[in-house]
Amino acid sequence: MSRPEQLAPPEVFYNDSESFKYTSSTRVQHIQAKMTLRALELLNLEVDSPHFILDLGCGSGLSGEILTEEGYNWIGMDISPSMLATGIDRDVEGDLFLSDMGNGVHFRAGTFDAAISISAVQWLCNADSSNVDPKKRMLRFFNSLYASLKRGGKFVAQFYPMNDIQTENLLNAAKVAGFGGGLIIDDPESKRHKKYYMVLTAGQSERNINLAGAEMDAPETTKKVNRKLLKKLESKKEFIARKKETMKRRGKKVALDSKFTARKRRPRF
Amino acid sequence: MKFLTTNFVKCAIKTCDSSLEAFPLQYSECELVQEEQEFNPEFICHMLDRLDWQAVIKVAKDLGNTSLPPNKPEDIDPIMEDSQAILRDLHTLLVETRIVEGKMICRNCEHIYYIKNSIPNFLLPPHLC
Ligand SMILES: C[S@@+](CC[C@H](N)C(=O)[O-])C[C@H]1O[C@@H](n2cnc3c(N)ncnc32)[C@H](O)[C@@H]1O
Ligand SMILES: [Zn+2]
Repeated sequence: MSRPEQLAPPEVFYNDSESFKYTSSTRVQHIQAKMTLRALELLNLEVDSPHFILDLGCGSGLSGEILTEEGYNWIGMDISPSMLATGIDRDVEGDLFLSDMGNGVHFRAGTFDAAISISAVQWLCNADSSNVDPKKRMLRFFNSLYASLKRGGKFVAQFYPMNDIQTENLLNAAKVAGFGGGLIIDDPESKRHKKYYMVLTAGQSERNINLAGAEMDAPETTKKVNRKLLKKLESKKEFIARKKETMKRRGKKVALDSKFTARKRRPRF
Repeated sequence: MKFLTTNFVKCAIKTCDSSLEAFPLQYSECELVQEEQEFNPEFICHMLDRLDWQAVIKVAKDLGNTSLPPNKPEDIDPIMEDSQAILRDLHTLLVETRIVEGKMICRNCEHIYYIKNSIPNFLLPPHLC
């Protein structure tokens, strides 16, 4: 089977019928959901606090729907009008932009807390016409993405490199743009299930990326449990309740608990 | 496209990267819809921090709303009763107001981006890539 990237430019390959076929396949839905959850795991964002996320190559919103389920707000960018139209039909929550990520991420500095991309950035390695320079496009992409993230913002991209050179070129461009981080390969032994994730940080982050499960040294676990840590471990709901109590004691009027107070997210599958 | 997004999107053309005029875009001939959305006060508060309030005012004016306060609301806390009204108002403006058709124009290079069927088109003609 040949790779879609070799058949036609993305906006041609993902036409109306392919977009429909792609989006309605339960197999595809399942795989994209699984990889999106894995990307979120690698991002390792603070639990239960709001995040504004960019989804690059969002397509019809299969990855975005997972972001919504996990409680995140997002914006998506994609080059295929058909994929985006399918997303609009599915009533996805995120705003959708028709744009070519190779021409840059057109959001002002510090817009996003984090970014993801599921099964899309390998397209940047292609030159679909003679006047296209993939190196230049990759650099424009990573430079503008870096700027659009808050300092310490993270980017995780699952992608399908055709060969090691593509991986190297992408990682190089990311590095030139100032990103730190590297590559994580899940199921490296399995030809069919092997998955590549670029895991990058735009400047120093307060929270590290989650390298658990990566083929590296085992992460250090902290053994000492102290008050600070316990405080961190209390749930969002407990935290809100505690904060409200403190405020009440100070004689302040706090908002009534609504059904959205620390609303539980839909369970994952 | 939500009103919120107008506070972040800028001209995509490289030569406008360093121009202070490339943000916010100018909105014209816009068709708006108002649609109830789940209220998430924590999210509103989170975004309020990074809003460029002058841009909020500018875009609201493009869209026919001139009644916004001149300064960004301060000391907003999602758990406090007296913040609820303002958070609700912000939610209505930022999340529940969407542009479904219209034009966005760069004040620097005058490029026009069209919004059709809720989707802003930021594809660039080859000579501007
Ligand atoms: C396999 S789909 C994945 C879509 C979505 N992330 C998901 O998980 O279902 C890959 C998407 O990347 C998009 N894409 C490819 N090249 C792109 C580019 N240069 N800019 C924006 N999107 C691009 C395609 O249009 C397609 O929708
Ligand atoms: Zn411009």
